Amino acid sequence: MPIPLTYNLRSIRVRWASTIVAVLGIAGTVGVFVAMMSLAKGFKATLVASGSPNNALVRRAGSTSEMDSGFNLEQVKILQDAKGIARDADGPLVSPEVVVIAAFPLKSTGTDANVQVRGVSPRVLKVRDQVKIVAGRFFNPGLNELVVGSNVDKAYIGFDLGQKVLFGGGTWTVVGVFDAGGSAFDSELWCDATVLNDVYKRPTNIFQSATAKLTSPAALTDLKDTLSADPRVTVQADREIEYYEKQSRVVTSLITVLGTIVASIMAVGAIFGALNTMYSAIAERGREIATMRALGFGAAAVVISFVFEAACIALIGGVIGCVGVLPLNGLTTGTMNWQTFSHLAFAFKITPTLMLGGIIFALFMGILGGVAPAVRAARANVATALREL
Amino acid sequence: MKYARLLLANLSRKKIRTTLTIGSFAVALLLFGILSAVRTAFSQGADIAGVDRLVVRNKTSIIQPLPFSYRDRMLRIPGVKEVTYLNWFGGIYQDERNFFPQMAIDVPTYRKVVTDIGVTDAEWKAFEADRQGAIAGEDIAKRFNWKVGDHIPIRGVIFQGPWEFNLRGISTGESNAGSLLPFMFHEDYLEERRAFGKGTVGWYTLRIDNPENSTRISKAIDEEFSNSPFETKSDSEKEFAASWGKQLGNIKLIIMTIGAVVFVTLLLVTGNTMATAIRERVRELAVLKAVGFSDPFVLWLVLAEGLTIAAIGGVLGLILAVVLIPGISRALAGLLPPLVLLPRDTALGLVFAIGAGIFSTILPATSAMRLRVVDALRRV
Repeated sequence: MPIPLTYNLRSIRVRWASTIVAVLGIAGTVGVFVAMMSLAKGFKATLVASGSPNNALVRRAGSTSEMDSGFNLEQVKILQDAKGIARDADGPLVSPEVVVIAAFPLKSTGTDANVQVRGVSPRVLKVRDQVKIVAGRFFNPGLNELVVGSNVDKAYIGFDLGQKVLFGGGTWTVVGVFDAGGSAFDSELWCDATVLNDVYKRPTNIFQSATAKLTSPAALTDLKDTLSADPRVTVQADREIEYYEKQSRVVTSLITVLGTIVASIMAVGAIFGALNTMYSAIAERGREIATMRALGFGAAAVVISFVFEAACIALIGGVIGCVGVLPLNGLTTGTMNWQTFSHLAFAFKITPTLMLGGIIFALFMGILGGVAPAVRAARANVATALREL
Repeated sequence: MKYARLLLANLSRKKIRTTLTIGSFAVALLLFGILSAVRTAFSQGADIAGVDRLVVRNKTSIIQPLPFSYRDRMLRIPGVKEVTYLNWFGGIYQDERNFFPQMAIDVPTYRKVVTDIGVTDAEWKAFEADRQGAIAGEDIAKRFNWKVGDHIPIRGVIFQGPWEFNLRGISTGESNAGSLLPFMFHEDYLEERRAFGKGTVGWYTLRIDNPENSTRISKAIDEEFSNSPFETKSDSEKEFAASWGKQLGNIKLIIMTIGAVVFVTLLLVTGNTMATAIRERVRELAVLKAVGFSDPFVLWLVLAEGLTIAAIGGVLGLILAVVLIPGISRALAGLLPPLVLLPRDTALGLVFAIGAGIFSTILPATSAMRLRVVDALRRV
């Protein structure tokens, strides 16, 4: 017959002071684990949200990112006529783009950070339909005008609507703000590709990438086939979402590896804490345990009972840890994206799955810290334990 | 020392608790060690950058080039001793994951600016003589198991096509504290084969006569080239290195904040356990006093116990950190520069551990010392 669970729950309440050590240890570990993973998740989500399954990103074959890609207008023309590209009344939905970076001072520290400047086609809003102008207007083709992502004005000095911005040897006017739904574009400046090439003294009609809207997500295969069969082009097409997912790899794995290392070391510490708490709990309750054994509860029942108690303590710790880091959810922070050398704003993203993972992690630590003391409790000699003070 | 046995007996009174407390200290210090190494890696290079060197780059951004002609114009600025230039290569060795920095250097001037890169003169001679020669930092060489004389193919990404290099030397650097020494090769070789941007350089590094003049010279250089199509931004090498670290900004801050909070919590929790262990024994301490040991003796006995636990745990943790860091460094290869635990941080960690040991025992110890023997004995 099992020992009633209320016995353990009431013990925890009575002995709360010595339980706190274990609870804090586990709460801290779970908190760190969830925070680090949500950071990695948020970064990845920001980049992945930049891509759409319905879009293809075309760049020079073999290039690692837009930064080191390049092709000419002739190849763009071939791409525009390729199979699988969506069209509207004005022609194919393709935005050939140029990407450079420029340094601007951050509001938070006053030090410079690199901002990605994207020269786009005037038709870009039709291609990337998740991007919406929320203030001002879109730039006029051929003019030195900028539309800025919604994070840019928040993060950098001097990007208010109507303000003049100097970079790359040109003077630009901020004419609009766009919202890209929390994606990487929100940290970018957009302008006319032709103007950008001109100001940066790059050869005209050279583009680094082209984003094309597909007739359907499945049309990517058609596009790939057409492009690889055509000897005039040396480009590769990827689904936009996959391209951005790959871009997030370095930072995501950096945070994940570091987070895992820190959390596993802390887990060892937390298990020590749980062991300490449970050992002293059992030492203090030697007579109680012996009494229960004398009443006829089996050794297995005692083991289960104490493992359950440890798991309860761990659960409390796990919940406190998860709730403790919850305010971080949605908090925006920034780091450098190594693939493009540019600064990227992103938010912590705490998901239910992540919190569930944290709780399971806590239970794991609690059970690991509870088994050895529980076995020791069950093994004690009933007669001697009863005689103890 | 004659009380060592008493101390030992006290420690082994509850063996499991003592072991676990030592273990907790070890875990805290292990974490401290690893995070210190990560912190050093994040501030990569900033600690070792030469104070008498400036970096001049395109004002717009580092990816925009500067013209080669700036070299002679900079040499005319008073205070500038030597000028060398570099180009970022950014190729891929076997797989994208094997990232390491590759730079084309101007061989005749490089060693005049960066005086000690940690290669032997023989290696440098061999490198100079071979147009396709290359020098790799020791961490890179170790990672890919390269030996001098090896043939290294790298796929160019910015400068497209296959590039072949012969490893002529392995550099140990001015100091290898937490910075990844690059893979370097001849600028001439790059210039000859590059398809675009001939006659331009990535950035200039210059040596100046006196570190105190660095602000003045930076300003003079930036003024010299202002209002030209290629405006410049000059910084001391230290600021240049730090500016990269700053861009990682918040990530470093977040990891460090988390680390610090965790470390302090671990120490507090451990300290609490130790304090409880002493409070439980107030009666024993009163007995010691009753049989004639002085108050300060009791204080010292208890303190010594805390110190022993903290010191053993701390040393264990730091040893573990030293053992584990190379493995962690490998797991993070390509993401962060190699992790190195600086002696300074090791010492700091020990100070923290011992401090926590003293701090957590001193309160119960002093109250035990002040307690009247009669009261303490009466307690159950």
